[in-house]
Amino acid sequence: MRGNVWIYIAVMSAVSFAVRVLPLTLIRRQIENRFLRSFLYYVPYVTLAVMTFPAMVEATQAPLAGLLALLVGATLAFLGAGLFPVSIACCLTVFLAELVLL
Amino acid sequence: MEENKTPGPDRGTALRWGVRDGVPIALGYFAVAFSLGIAGRNAGLTPFQGFLISILNHASAGEYAGITAIASLAPYWEMAITIFITNARYLLMSCALSQKLAPGTSLLHRVGVGFGITDEIFAISMARPRYLEPAYAYGAMAIAIPSWASGTALGIIAGNILPLRVVSALSVALYGMFLAIIIPPARKDRVVGALVGLSFAASLALGKLAEGFSLGWLTGGTRVILLTLLLAGGAAVLFPIPEKGGEEHEG
Repeated sequence: MRGNVWIYIAVMSAVSFAVRVLPLTLIRRQIENRFLRSFLYYVPYVTLAVMTFPAMVEATQAPLAGLLALLVGATLAFLGAGLFPVSIACCLTVFLAELVLL
Repeated sequence: MEENKTPGPDRGTALRWGVRDGVPIALGYFAVAFSLGIAGRNAGLTPFQGFLISILNHASAGEYAGITAIASLAPYWEMAITIFITNARYLLMSCALSQKLAPGTSLLHRVGVGFGITDEIFAISMARPRYLEPAYAYGAMAIAIPSWASGTALGIIAGNILPLRVVSALSVALYGMFLAIIIPPARKDRVVGALVGLSFAASLALGKLAEGFSLGWLTGGTRVILLTLLLAGGAAVLFPIPEKGGEEHEG
């Protein structure tokens, strides 16, 4: 069976929904197991770090611009800047760097 | 894991904070969704279909895989498997979020928070001190997901109207946000700091490996899952967090 756009949309949306909602609705209590609690504590840091690098450097037209944005963003975040300022600073860094580089 | 009993923000405040933290997400989404729309246009989707796909799926790699499946008239079951694999990391995120909700959170809120999981909304949700207020997640969803969906629709309608320079600059907005979320805890907790550094290195190495040996199955999404299981699992074995009710976790 194939070929109907609306069925494609229904299938992909149903799978996306199930993947996101099932663990949250099935795991209703606080996990007591120390290993699992530790694992879930570390999950976001690894996931986000893996998604950030090297993807950030590969997303821009000039890789050097992405690398500079990574350094600027990491430094600002280290100094305690919030989500929005860090995000905007990264965008500006890429824009300015690519004006020079390209 | 603090045990203090200071009351959290009321619903309206949490909602407003969610919208505030959703703004940079919405900005980044718009640019990414725009390029996704261009792919949708090539697959023959109408702007409404693109909007619908994005409002229901809101997943960049997953949607891209779905649009590719539509364009190639793949069998429905094959599309279902592809979407499951590209979105499997949300299973892990959903598990982590299940521990971030206050005990006794209603089924409706669990479904609502779950529906809204994206890489970015997950990130800011986990960064909440103590429990995640569902209203906070809804605030972020309310601004970020419509931006994602309208970006997709506009991409289908307008193709390449944004200058390449602007698209390139906006493309790092989401990564900048990730940095703002992982770097401060990495500074405070040495284990998290080392883990972030190790994740960067392992991600680079595995990416090069996939590229060098043309391992088509080792996509970005699969790499995220593999490395998360491996590195977060390893850290949990070597550096377990203190038992509940024990001392504060100091790195």
